[in-house]
Amino acid sequence: MKRFLSLLLACVMVFAVALTMASCEKEEESGKPYGFEETKELAAQGAVNEVAPAVTGDVSKLKVGVILIGNDQEGYTKAHIDGITQAAEALGMDVSTQVMWKYSIPEDESVTSNGEQLIAAGCNVIVSNSYGHQSYMQEMAAAHPEVQFIAMTGDTAASSGLTNLSNAFTKVYESRYVAGVVAGMKLKELIDAGKLTDANYNGENVKIGYVGAFNFAEVMSGYTAFYLGVKSIVENVEMDVHFTDSWYDFDKEKAAAAALVESGCVIISQHADSAGAPTAVEEAWNNGKVAYCVGYNVSMLDAAPNAALTSATNVWSVYYQYAFATAINGGDIASNWSAGYKEGAVKITDLGPNCAEGTQAKVDEVVGKLQAGTLNVFDTSKFTVEGKAITWAYATDSDGDFAYDKNNVVADGYFHESFVQSAPAFNLRIDGINWLNK
Amino acid sequence: MSNTSVAAKKPPLFHIVGRGRGQLPFYQAWGIRLGAFALALILNAVFVYLVVGVDPITFYQTMLKGAFGKGFLWPTIKTSAKLLCIAVALAPAFKMRFWNIGAEGQVLVGGIAAAVVMFYFSDLPAVVILLLMMIVSLVAGALWGVIPAFFKAKMNVNETLFTLMMNYIAMNLVNFFYDLWKGPKTALGKINQSTHAGWLSSLWEKRDANGYLIRGEESLFTNSDFWFVVIICVVAVLMYFYLKYTKQGYEIAVVGESSNTARYAGISVKKVILRTMILSGAICGLCGFLVVSAQSNTVSVSMAGGYGFTAIIVAWLSKFNTFTMAGVSVLIVALEQGAAQMANEYNFMGFSVAAADVMIGIMLLFIVGSEFFIHYKVMFRKSSKEVAAV
Repeated sequence: MKRFLSLLLACVMVFAVALTMASCEKEEESGKPYGFEETKELAAQGAVNEVAPAVTGDVSKLKVGVILIGNDQEGYTKAHIDGITQAAEALGMDVSTQVMWKYSIPEDESVTSNGEQLIAAGCNVIVSNSYGHQSYMQEMAAAHPEVQFIAMTGDTAASSGLTNLSNAFTKVYESRYVAGVVAGMKLKELIDAGKLTDANYNGENVKIGYVGAFNFAEVMSGYTAFYLGVKSIVENVEMDVHFTDSWYDFDKEKAAAAALVESGCVIISQHADSAGAPTAVEEAWNNGKVAYCVGYNVSMLDAAPNAALTSATNVWSVYYQYAFATAINGGDIASNWSAGYKEGAVKITDLGPNCAEGTQAKVDEVVGKLQAGTLNVFDTSKFTVEGKAITWAYATDSDGDFAYDKNNVVADGYFHESFVQSAPAFNLRIDGINWLNK
Repeated sequence: MSNTSVAAKKPPLFHIVGRGRGQLPFYQAWGIRLGAFALALILNAVFVYLVVGVDPITFYQTMLKGAFGKGFLWPTIKTSAKLLCIAVALAPAFKMRFWNIGAEGQVLVGGIAAAVVMFYFSDLPAVVILLLMMIVSLVAGALWGVIPAFFKAKMNVNETLFTLMMNYIAMNLVNFFYDLWKGPKTALGKINQSTHAGWLSSLWEKRDANGYLIRGEESLFTNSDFWFVVIICVVAVLMYFYLKYTKQGYEIAVVGESSNTARYAGISVKKVILRTMILSGAICGLCGFLVVSAQSNTVSVSMAGGYGFTAIIVAWLSKFNTFTMAGVSVLIVALEQGAAQMANEYNFMGFSVAAADVMIGIMLLFIVGSEFFIHYKVMFRKSSKEVAAV
């Protein structure tokens, strides 16, 4: 009995220590990672935007293993599956024997066990498509220097010092901006036709809404780009963001979108992977509400044939073709890769039937400017933080405390997104965007 | 007399008779086992042929390659070792007829305890931190095992439900720390990835001035998986001797056969229950420690991978003989790995992970089912002529 009690006591103490330490917050460092007056030198560019080189090696030697967070029923993973398939076919690979798929792999040690199976099966390039796969990919990369590892959307390839680990992300913020322009055109049409009511306004501003997964850079960069796209057409606009804390949750996304529409938001966009939001908006549209939606990854016209305007999407095949061709040629796949409209790595899906007149022409114009480099999405003269235009902003977290502390990326009048690293870095909370539940 | 009463007197088509103790000779028992195994192999081959059209020879070649081929062997060995470790932990409890369904949770708390040390005491020297991790894991696992045992011993609370429920507490404890540590990211990932503090490999790793790892010659002794397997094998051997040749092991057997006999013989049943569950839980905790320090380097609810439950089958099938357990563990894991390789190679023909699960299910059903026919005899109804003759 005594022994039992002492055991119990020992364990209680261990957990008590853990809990106390957990509750001790790290002390906040003073100073913000951005400013409004001084300027700083632009950091060195880390992310490259190369396209596929001509194939000089033996295509049949390449075997690709793919670790996927979801399956083909889910937009984000489907886009990767399509991208890999198209890239492999374009390079003349036999997809059925030269690509091995691992579906629905959670972000835990199953990445390692599945990765080891793929390596044993002869794969010499391993791709994972979720951020949380990355740390397992990194350890495998260290243990298997002969195999190339690609952790999509990741951010540690450069700092790990491993040459066989790569990260990549598209400049999807460009297509989100263009999707915002499409939404802005619709909004303008509705305003001009007098279709909006007082409920759609907060003071002077028209309300739009956004269903976001998590409140960190990848999502913040995306919704800010979308918002700025809308704002480039309709100046007096503000946006409510509802976070769901999940990449894929049909019911939560649907409920969030329904609540946003109910509160008067005219256009709902999303950075979450289900068709929940478009489904809710289509229902509202059918009930006579003035509500439209802009999706992500895949066209939402199936879920919302009337309400869907377009979706911002990635053309992953551009990257995969570059990576596979480079691997076939025996070259080094870049640590960080990021490309946008110029390289054809992002686009918006077909416009829905209810888009405003002249939308396509406007889209072509904006895309042309993005390709030419005359338009920058995060133009510092187009948005403010705390009421002021920023003059510098850091984009790298070097000590793992989730706050940026080095590498300024504001120069030449705009925030250079996906510049130091391929993963999105823009996490400024700009004026005109409200968080509903954080 | 009506017809119905005649029908009622008719004996059933077959009935089942226990064979009693030790009636079946050794070769017959193994004949039944091998027969069942062969039947399962044939049925699986038919199933795979019907589902994906892969011929049996290719099918079993792929299965063998996936389980024991080059590059596949180590994953099979180390995964088997994990399963073996939990089965070894369960053996004394089940031998005592204490239904410990809580191995999954005991492994999880062992893992989380190790991770707590790893996360908050990462500055300690490598040997110290690993020792500390091991100790808290053993204690946490033992605690998770002894709580239900305490209530069983003192108040005769049903241990099956109690240990099962403890699993869910452990899972949520893992979820709690997981969410706490991941911060605003979507996933926790490996803990201390930049320093490898608390990783078994930190014992022999060397770093250059920039903090990058220096990759030396790979050898068996600088391989975490190797030590993972070695430690578990040692524990398995010790458990064999503990159960077979020690007084405590004998007491466990007596309590398992009949607690009244044990009491009559002067064995304190309560003490044996508590002691055995501390041991059982502690070994589960050790498994958690080994997984966290040598394999995953992080925590997640899939840390034990459901092996806390699979190990129950392993322990029973092996009749608590730890050497047999090693064989059964390898067999089950080889099936899983082989089936996974089938899913790898024939996915495009429609062989999915779900089909692999069906295959493993068929195998296990036959293997477990064969034990039934070893212990029981099926007596068919004698034909009507024979009945008439009687």
